[in-house]
Amino acid sequence: MSVIGVLALQGDFQEHKEVLESLGVEAREVRLPQDLEGLDGMIIPGGESTTIGRLMVEYGLREPLRHMAGEGFPIWGTCAGMILMAKDIGHDQLLLGCMDLVVERNAFGRQVDSFETELEVPQLEAVSPKEKGKKIHAVFIRAPLITSVGKGVEVLARLPEKNAPRHAEDHNIVAARQGNLLATAFHPELTGDHRFHHYFLDIVHQAKR
Amino acid sequence: MEKSTWKVKKGLAQMLKGGVIMDVVTPEQAKIAEEAGAVAVMALERVPADIRAQGGVARMADPERILQIMEAVSIPVMAKCRIGHFVEAQILEALGADYIDESEVLTPADEEHHVEKHQFRVPFVCGCRNLGEALRRIGEGAAMIRTKGEAGTGDVVEAVRHARAVLGGIKKLQATPKEELMHAAKEMGAPYELVKEVAEDGRLPVVNFAAGGIATPADAALMMQLGMDGVFVGSGIFKSEDPAKRARAVVMATTHYNNPDILAEVSKGLGEPMRGRQVSQIPPEELLAGRGW
Repeated sequence: MSVIGVLALQGDFQEHKEVLESLGVEAREVRLPQDLEGLDGMIIPGGESTTIGRLMVEYGLREPLRHMAGEGFPIWGTCAGMILMAKDIGHDQLLLGCMDLVVERNAFGRQVDSFETELEVPQLEAVSPKEKGKKIHAVFIRAPLITSVGKGVEVLARLPEKNAPRHAEDHNIVAARQGNLLATAFHPELTGDHRFHHYFLDIVHQAKR
Repeated sequence: MEKSTWKVKKGLAQMLKGGVIMDVVTPEQAKIAEEAGAVAVMALERVPADIRAQGGVARMADPERILQIMEAVSIPVMAKCRIGHFVEAQILEALGADYIDESEVLTPADEEHHVEKHQFRVPFVCGCRNLGEALRRIGEGAAMIRTKGEAGTGDVVEAVRHARAVLGGIKKLQATPKEELMHAAKEMGAPYELVKEVAEDGRLPVVNFAAGGIATPADAALMMQLGMDGVFVGSGIFKSEDPAKRARAVVMATTHYNNPDILAEVSKGLGEPMRGRQVSQIPPEELLAGRGW
């Protein structure tokens, strides 16, 4: 059985843990470097990226995680987690910086601009053929947006045009994958649709082989 | 696309879990809080300890001050309105505050009715002393709950009392036979549907933070170990000798609340905590927690 770490410094790590456990996966809260031992993959949850980044550096988690990401260790960041995965967010902030993404924080505005919408994610068909073509319900909370991706990054989902913020007409990427690294601007842990968790677990299984 | 749904309102509070929300009165303090790892700041005109000391009517902060604080930090900014003062709430929503705290720390504008919160686009957090009060506020639309504690005292005893009352109340409901839930709802003065939901799920339908009297890293970890989702620190940070250092220590203690070695480490050499005031020596008419119902 796979053991997935959930970074438990701050944020909605409990929600991710509950989804993983409902899928029959062992989930472990990670707060210190020794918690990383023996993990098959890792989720960085939603939360405040400034807080999580600071605590990650303070307790020596950033360097080992960076190293592991470089070695092909699967990591998935949701919302704040996606910000932390990005190499560039346009200003100085403590980041993991392991994916070739340019990300804009709070890209949609303040809390009153948080929203729910439906997204097309064709790649999810691989983990759930029965639900082919079924859109995924996505919750965006003070959400970030990917404004550009580097080579070798696969775009998994874009916002429908009508949902994109005005100031970033071409910038509408909300899910991306680079090797075994996965990033989503929204929160699959809040909706009860677990296809993204299946998709990540699939990456974990492939990486274990 | 749907905005301001119940899911996104309570969702923001879910993202704040395991974190510390700090009271600030200036943009400079807000920056210190953000730098220390606060997950959000509460913008207000005076911290509760000063409201207590200076007296007078405590109102919503000056919108200009709130905007300056919003400008200064990238983390969510909350602001307080008076209990029942729905126009202050409208103003805070218009300013773009990320969360409104309908707070007993300010002088109530209505002694019977709280704000009807469902009609707002911005989410609300409200204080409570027990489960019935928590469920009444959720019934009115609060998307996040906090204990009232006794703000501005630096004495954690009331926060503990209220946390135990809420969490104990949940356990009691879980053990209550279905046919007795309506009576329980009547006794608690809480909406029946919410009473049923809590009895079934064994938890509140929204995030539940501790507040009111938290002054040290150990206080924060105590509230977390009791089972709260996170902490508000009001006067405890900026009324202490070294706010930046204490703020960081409280953040660390909230994350590593179950690790006494780390708690010992972060508690060292923080300078004087806020002086504080023992709740048991405050005359009843000066207590804030009794405001609201």
